[in-house]
Amino acid sequence: MDKTRKIDSKLITETVKKLFIEANINLGQDVICSLQDALAREESPLGRQVLEKIIDNAEIARREKMPICQDTGLAVLFIEIGQDVHIIGGDLRAAIEEGVRQAYQDGFLRKSVCDPLTRKNTQDNTPAIIHIDIVPGDRLKIIAMPKGGGSENMSAAQMLTPAAGSEGIKNFVVEKVKQAGANPCPPIIVGVGIGGSLEEACVLAKKALLRPVGEANNNDEHLAQMEKELLNSINKLGIGPGGLGGRISALAVHIEMLPCHIASLPVAVNIQCHVARHKEEII
Amino acid sequence: MNKKEKVMRRLEIPLKTDIISSLQAGDMVLISGEVYTARDVAHRRLYEALLKGEKLPIDLKAAVIFYAAPAPTPPGKIIGSIGPTTSYRMDFFTPKLIENGLKGMIGKGGRSAEIVAALKKYGAVYFGAIGGIAALTACCVKKVELVAYEDLGPEAIRKLTVIDFPAVVINDAHGNDLYLSAQNKWRIQSI
Repeated sequence: MDKTRKIDSKLITETVKKLFIEANINLGQDVICSLQDALAREESPLGRQVLEKIIDNAEIARREKMPICQDTGLAVLFIEIGQDVHIIGGDLRAAIEEGVRQAYQDGFLRKSVCDPLTRKNTQDNTPAIIHIDIVPGDRLKIIAMPKGGGSENMSAAQMLTPAAGSEGIKNFVVEKVKQAGANPCPPIIVGVGIGGSLEEACVLAKKALLRPVGEANNNDEHLAQMEKELLNSINKLGIGPGGLGGRISALAVHIEMLPCHIASLPVAVNIQCHVARHKEEII
Repeated sequence: MNKKEKVMRRLEIPLKTDIISSLQAGDMVLISGEVYTARDVAHRRLYEALLKGEKLPIDLKAAVIFYAAPAPTPPGKIIGSIGPTTSYRMDFFTPKLIENGLKGMIGKGGRSAEIVAALKKYGAVYFGAIGGIAALTACCVKKVELVAYEDLGPEAIRKLTVIDFPAVVINDAHGNDLYLSAQNKWRIQSI
């Protein structure tokens, strides 16, 4: 029996458009709760003022339908496509790019994509960064993640030696956050990818940012513990909200891990500013 | 009221020499007047024009530059969301601009030792604004005028008239750095 389910590419375009506009205007409740929790714990008066403004801004953005941040990001997408899905009416990638184009044009979002060498703006925020996974089933999941440049610039990957171990990983992560200081708009969320290959570690670090803020790794108790330890070390750095000093430099550390080569210990740190935006829908 | 709570100080652009000299890292300020937006590519163009001795599209004398590129203006608004971008990327070009009259910069994140030295030598100041609160910051902008490099789209130079734009002095004209001192104050040394 033919189990394929048809999905019109136009629906994909519409969904991508809707998700990017919504993500840029409507900050997730998990982020807001985490910021409110941070406000209750922050000891620095200036740090508290910064957190209050961040929370106020989210409310204004939602009410006025204005982007939370002027950097409405590179359009990063994670697509999970069921192997029984048959896309009709056009090419999947073209449908996604069209959704991004329409979101950034019609949603009054900033077009922040340019040629790396000439720096000429592509004018429509494409091309998008599209990660596609094939999964069982007949559904299509779209995760839209506008990713700002300031925090992305503070991210890094390193091929550690196996001898470096957990301590080496922790030192690398804390050092990157320390070096970043006020640059990536703290309080940040730190996505860490351990293992895989160079590029897989980077993708894992980015995927780690999609977890609800502060939710521990559910699959691995050891990693959940490492997340706690890292958050604790990072929040001793004193960077604070806005980098103006304080107790809350990061809201959360999320780690994802995969096996790696016997010669390697890849680690990637993807830093996310406090405007942690992502929306998803299953078609 | 907590004695330590800082009072906001109102500043008018152009910034006068004695005012700049009186500013201290950590001072909370509300800035009013005209500022120019300029970031990465606009800085390269200004820098190259200065090297070639060409006339600049903006007057740098006593000017304040805001490292920013706004989101497009929605109908019925003065400007789209706008806030500071990270400043260190402009460090390479900035000393030349300061030499040519630039008196203030608004951005976010730390600056290089060269910038701190140039601020001291020429009497200029670097203000920090909070990143990621761009819908709120847009409320301080009362007028927008496109002045140069229109081809750069969001990165074009715009003249903004701002009223009571909140910022904090990060690097004053005396070599002080608020990010460093604040982080040192709040850092917990591991045993």
